[in-house]
Amino acid sequence: MEQDTLPAIATPPDTTGPRLAGDLAIWFFILAELLAFGVFFAAYAFTRANNIELFDAEQAALNRHAGALNTVLLLTASYFVVRAVQAAEHSLSQPCARWLLAAIACGAGFLVVKMFEYAAAFEHNISLSSSPFHMFYLSLTFFHFMHVILGMVILVAMWNGARQGRYRPGEMNGIETGAAYWHMVDLVWLILFPLVYVIH
Amino acid sequence: MSSDVHGTPRRATLLWATLIVATLLTWGMGVLGATGKGAIAALAAISFWKGAVIILDFMALRHAPALWRMLTLGWMVLVWAVIAIAYIKGMPQ
Repeated sequence: MEQDTLPAIATPPDTTGPRLAGDLAIWFFILAELLAFGVFFAAYAFTRANNIELFDAEQAALNRHAGALNTVLLLTASYFVVRAVQAAEHSLSQPCARWLLAAIACGAGFLVVKMFEYAAAFEHNISLSSSPFHMFYLSLTFFHFMHVILGMVILVAMWNGARQGRYRPGEMNGIETGAAYWHMVDLVWLILFPLVYVIH
Repeated sequence: MSSDVHGTPRRATLLWATLIVATLLTWGMGVLGATGKGAIAALAAISFWKGAVIILDFMALRHAPALWRMLTLGWMVLVWAVIAIAYIKGMPQ
């Protein structure tokens, strides 16, 4: 799958200045999502400021290894999506589909790790009402979990499109739009992980 | 230019490798139980840098109109500023 040299681009690309990759609508959607997560992060941080001992003690009981593993899985999925987009812009449909399949596998890995984490939490009777920290931990991570699921649905649609050879120079909007959403899911996790699992 | 917007495979691979190393650093600080202003500043800086790579390179906003870079990078600055204020507020005087 490693492919560090790509053939020349089939058609001359548009060279007219800056370009936003993907549909404009997805970028407004991404901004709305970032704002929602931002409010959530601020609420977590200020609630913690009034319950520091509780937050630090319960944070210490979280599975930090699972959180780090999930960060690696999301970053790697994002990298695979970048490689898929790069393959598409060189009209390499089958490599594009393979990179997307690899990204889907990483996303699925994230969901599996998270489900093990939730199962362990529920075994210890952790629930939304068990403490302010657990309320934030469960709601923030589950809100993000739902975004990963939507991202997976989008990646599968992109994989299907790639297999049909739908993405090539001049026809990049679909894959770039889906890729932007997936990277947003990754971006949010890059704050969520240190905030909820590490910083105290 | 279309090929420049998404960079080269080599650059993407290099960035991915550094993102993984940065993640291991964050994880290591967590395992060691790093705490206090210095640790929080380091963790925030690592997270900010990782986010900037995602925004500028993976989302390809490096080559987008400046407004989109300002909005997304500005969001990260705002979020970490608010988190920093809350953590400083919670520190013993």
